[in-house]
Amino acid sequence: MYIATARQSGPRQAGSSGRIVSANVIALGAVSLVTDISSEMVTAILPLYLVLGLGFSPLQFGILDGLYSGVTAFVRVIGGNVADRWQRRKLVAGIGYGVSALAKLGLIGAGGSASTLGAVLAADRTGKGLRTAPRDALISLSSAPDTVGRAFGVHRAMDTVGALLGPLVAFVLLWTVAGGYDVVFVVSFCFAVLGVLLLVLFVSDHSGPVKQAKDGVSLKAAFGLLRDAGFRRVCSWAVLLGLVTVGDSFVYLLLQSRLDIEPAYFAVLPLGTAAVYLTLAVPAGRVADKVGRWKMFLLGHVALFVAYIALLGAVDGVLMLCLVLLAHGAFYALTDGVLMAAATPLLPEKLRTSGMALLQTGQAVAKMISAVFFGMAWTVWGMQTAVIVSTVAFGLVVAVAWVRRAQR
Amino acid sequence: MKTKLSITAIAVVLLAAVAFVYIKQAKANDPRDMPADVSVAVEPGPVTLTDPGRLVFRNEAPGPDHGKVASVSLADPQGPRRVGQLRCDRFYTAAGRGLCLADAPGPLPSATVAFTDAGLVSQKSVDIAGIPNRAKLSADGTVASWTTFVTGDSYARTGTFSTRTGIMTADEVDTNIEDMPLRVGGRQHRADDVNFWGVTVAADDRTFYATVATGGQTHLVKADQQAWQAETLRENVECPSLSPDGTRIAFKKRVAQDGARPWREHVLDLRTMVETPLAETRSVDDQVVWLDDRTIAYTLPGPEIWAVPADGSGAARLLVRHASSPSAGYASGPSSQLPTPSGSSSK
Repeated sequence: MYIATARQSGPRQAGSSGRIVSANVIALGAVSLVTDISSEMVTAILPLYLVLGLGFSPLQFGILDGLYSGVTAFVRVIGGNVADRWQRRKLVAGIGYGVSALAKLGLIGAGGSASTLGAVLAADRTGKGLRTAPRDALISLSSAPDTVGRAFGVHRAMDTVGALLGPLVAFVLLWTVAGGYDVVFVVSFCFAVLGVLLLVLFVSDHSGPVKQAKDGVSLKAAFGLLRDAGFRRVCSWAVLLGLVTVGDSFVYLLLQSRLDIEPAYFAVLPLGTAAVYLTLAVPAGRVADKVGRWKMFLLGHVALFVAYIALLGAVDGVLMLCLVLLAHGAFYALTDGVLMAAATPLLPEKLRTSGMALLQTGQAVAKMISAVFFGMAWTVWGMQTAVIVSTVAFGLVVAVAWVRRAQR
Repeated sequence: MKTKLSITAIAVVLLAAVAFVYIKQAKANDPRDMPADVSVAVEPGPVTLTDPGRLVFRNEAPGPDHGKVASVSLADPQGPRRVGQLRCDRFYTAAGRGLCLADAPGPLPSATVAFTDAGLVSQKSVDIAGIPNRAKLSADGTVASWTTFVTGDSYARTGTFSTRTGIMTADEVDTNIEDMPLRVGGRQHRADDVNFWGVTVAADDRTFYATVATGGQTHLVKADQQAWQAETLRENVECPSLSPDGTRIAFKKRVAQDGARPWREHVLDLRTMVETPLAETRSVDDQVVWLDDRTIAYTLPGPEIWAVPADGSGAARLLVRHASSPSAGYASGPSSQLPTPSGSSSK
């Protein structure tokens, strides 16, 4: 059921590889773009608002933040399962987008109350947790089996544009209206409402023959997906790779300490990664469809390995900066959407959302654990040793994953 | 499809209108765009940092002069103020020199930190990242230190909080002292979450005290800028400010575990390590200044500048309305006369 491929007019190239992605994917991409502007606006200024605007202690804020990081993990799995049970992915995603939109207003309403703020932030996280898996399931269900990689590439590219614009919009607003945190929240709310509206109007839920097959969808069945050798393999490698991946913030910290970058430009580094990511996302998805998505996913990790080696001092100066940002951006382009595309054929349609939620949750938890371990390694061994150990561990896991792939 | 596109177009226009009106309204509340507050008396004359007996601060009165460096007589702080031309978010003066920490225009938060001469003319300036938060000079005006909040980092990690603290002398600049080796409880400490803020430099111009946060705890550190080594002295100390005689440190102590503005200002005697809560019971979120060896001044929301005795006695009293970032670099020694707490205390 690929709505647009049927509807698409104009010259169609021979073979499926020439097809353009479905209108549903474009619509979902637009929703994500607008929503990401909204959410990244808030993310960028929230620490400032809490510490400078409200006078919270920075440490209190850390606790407030950490407390709700775990919320998404559970909500994601349950939300995904509910979407499958009702076969109403759009509805569950819509609730997620809606809750996050309302949370933007809640930020203004909460004022200086720590408990209310906590609840609002938890609601925002819940919304994010709810929407991701149904959205990705919709993307996969709206695409022909051999163009899923490209569809995810298009979606992720659009998503990244939003993530790139969000902080810029927020800071321009703060610069225009000094101390205008509420202005940022209101504008963010407007973007979020637009996102919900685009979803409601332009995204159609997949409603093929699976609609009738409601039975056999339960939490138990969702976890039962792991009994499938193929999906289990994808999940366990994704988690294992997540466990040895050094978090983004560390990559930038390392870059900064290695290069002695003018601090005013430090904030621009992640923009470099994002720019590479959005440029490469679509080509990476297309190539993944041809050469194999899992292969592409592992190649992405090879790119990240190159970035780590560069960070260890293999190259220097501008070359290091370019190489690291290029490799880091390529890593995202080759892994983020591609992993979902790789999982697509392994998941039955009626359990697609549950499966994706499971995979995403596993990956997110692995990354959280990895950040804690890397922080500890940094404390115990110092920066250089921590990076060497991580790079070696990462290289080993990638190598084993590659060999195992070849053997299959 | 046509209907859907029309609905979208209408919604975009409506939402844009909501955003635009809100921005417009917020802009109207920008103090710089408001008419000058006539209740704030202004007298002509330059702000000169070498004038004795003046309290220098950031003018917060609405009107075109909002944000400019101003001064009042310490003997009559609620009297007319003189307003200079230099605009800063945080200002500090010592020994006739100034330090101006100001927002730099641009889509990403950045700031400029500059030494100024007695006539508020910028001399040496450096571009730094982040949003201005603290700025301080050593007693002889030669060593500058500052702290900014860095938000660009949130691109990298959701919701991270980070400060950046720098130190500058006439011929040396270090825009981030976070890589200074740190000993916590006598042991070498390495962590990715180390943040320094609120530096106060001692009379020798190399020893300094500051706040270090790591592992969810704030510490008072004593550091040597030449030896490049810092050591923690005590927990739960933020924004230290060294007394002119170098024997005590005023600081904000976190007294509530949750809720906004959870601090109480204290003074720590460095010889006995005994701390005394001050008579100000409201939460002080500022790096306070010493007007003399017995009095500290600070900004409270409003913003207003208040003063309180440094020994825990007496009561807080209002010094200047519509003002922040106080300092008195030429207070003229221990004999400086502050007004007695009488009718001046309006709150």
